Amino acid sequence: MYIVDYIKEVASAVKSLATGMKLTGYYFTHPKEIITQEYPDNRATLKMADRFKGEVIMPHDENNEHACTGCTSCELACPNGSIKVITKFEVNAEGKKKKAVDQHIYHLDMCTMCNLCIEACPTDAIKMANTFEHSVPDRNMLIKRLNNNGSKIREGVE
Amino acid sequence: MYHINELLNSDNTLKPSFVAMKESDDYTINIGPQHPATHGVLHLVITLNGETIKKVDPDLGFIHRSIEKMCESLSYRQYIYVTSRMDYLSSHINNHACALLVEKALQVEVPERAQYIRVIMDELTRIASHLLWWGAMAMDMGAFTPYFYAFRERELLTEIMEDTCGARLTMNYMVPGGVMHDPHETFVHRVSKEFLPLLKSKLHEYEELVTGNIIFQNRVNGVGLLTYEDAISYGCSGPTARASGVHCDIRKLYPYDVYNKVQFEEVIETAGDSMARYMVRMNEIKQSISIIEQLINNIPEGDFQAKTKAVLKLPKGEFYQRVETARGELGVFVVSEGGTTPYRIKFRSPGFSNLSCLDHITKGSKIGDLVASMGTLDLVIPDIDR
Repeated sequence: MYIVDYIKEVASAVKSLATGMKLTGYYFTHPKEIITQEYPDNRATLKMADRFKGEVIMPHDENNEHACTGCTSCELACPNGSIKVITKFEVNAEGKKKKAVDQHIYHLDMCTMCNLCIEACPTDAIKMANTFEHSVPDRNMLIKRLNNNGSKIREGVE
Repeated sequence: MYHINELLNSDNTLKPSFVAMKESDDYTINIGPQHPATHGVLHLVITLNGETIKKVDPDLGFIHRSIEKMCESLSYRQYIYVTSRMDYLSSHINNHACALLVEKALQVEVPERAQYIRVIMDELTRIASHLLWWGAMAMDMGAFTPYFYAFRERELLTEIMEDTCGARLTMNYMVPGGVMHDPHETFVHRVSKEFLPLLKSKLHEYEELVTGNIIFQNRVNGVGLLTYEDAISYGCSGPTARASGVHCDIRKLYPYDVYNKVQFEEVIETAGDSMARYMVRMNEIKQSISIIEQLINNIPEGDFQAKTKAVLKLPKGEFYQRVETARGELGVFVVSEGGTTPYRIKFRSPGFSNLSCLDHITKGSKIGDLVASMGTLDLVIPDIDR
């Protein structure tokens, strides 16, 4: 009886291995079911998700105007200090002094893409872009100024 | 003034005592900190007698980032994102625990829509975590192909996460009062029409490739035995303890959000060996599928986020919240002094307690069995070190 059990065990073992090999053989003979994409070759067709959190940007319109009031909400909301807002006082047409953004400094090298600054912004001045190819030769190039040269705040944004 | 030697030599002071970690003729080998089978920077000092294990000393701290101390300087909105970095495979569930704690302390009513989305996200994360564990564990035991089969299904899951949350691994999607965004318009379709049918049609491949495989079965059957009593006394939780017959599913014992509205079974095995731990996780994937199926087409309309104050201040006191992550029970303990940041925060992470039983379950077994036991414990090292 021992011999019979032994042979049964060997048979079931061989069967279990054959079942696995059958599956492997199926995918070997059906290369269309393989879904691997090779990244640099598919750059032309690669589409990132709309909400993909790649970096923080400040959209400017055609008049080089943005919606940032320099309230530093994003700076306070950032958990690791990636944002530094340097403000200045501007004198408007009525002769009143008003706080405005001078430089909106963004450290991409420290950012963890947690989206808290975008949630905190009261005027939707900043948003997440879905770019992802951020490699640069020098780390200092990752420190960005988000507001353009000579840009100013859009009319009506408080 | 006394000299240190005088103090040590006097009879009234405590004497320093030294306990040798190994005897002089013991043979020790090191696994890690950089070893593929430990899935991270875990260092195991193994004392051997021939090929038999006498003792396993886990040496921790290689990826310690002092997350608990970091959280003391972060506000109650900010401290959630750090917890994604603890157990990065169940980051949604970690964030869920922190968000629940703040809601419990502030007594915020979470909209039902947000609760549904949260639970669906939790279960999707659990499936993703178990799929990755399945592939990685098979790779530990020398089968390389399952890793790619697991990642094929997980890829669709990460794409769904990317559409809705904007990130693939560290999402930071749960916020106090709900979720950060409304789900993407294709979310329901992709989960119910694409992902779930795909996963269900592929589950039999996992059984054929690994579960029924004779080599795999011989390596896990009866290996790494953890009894019911030991599972409790080592503080094990999650699938590790459930494989020993312990009823410890937090989703059943202390239901949060809509877990009390869905029907699912707590998967229990009684054998306590590596095969039982394997089967618990494989059956949990099926239970998670059934939970998602009950919820995905019934997401109610409404807000996805309750209105909360811009600056959250927790009342003075102590707060505790626990959830069931893919690895076990995660507890968050916060001591608040009434300010905007926690006074002290403590995470009870499941991985640390599950690792503590490794020495016990591998004592006396062969060194090859250590890898099988460690693989089925499902260790995530950043979760252990924090």
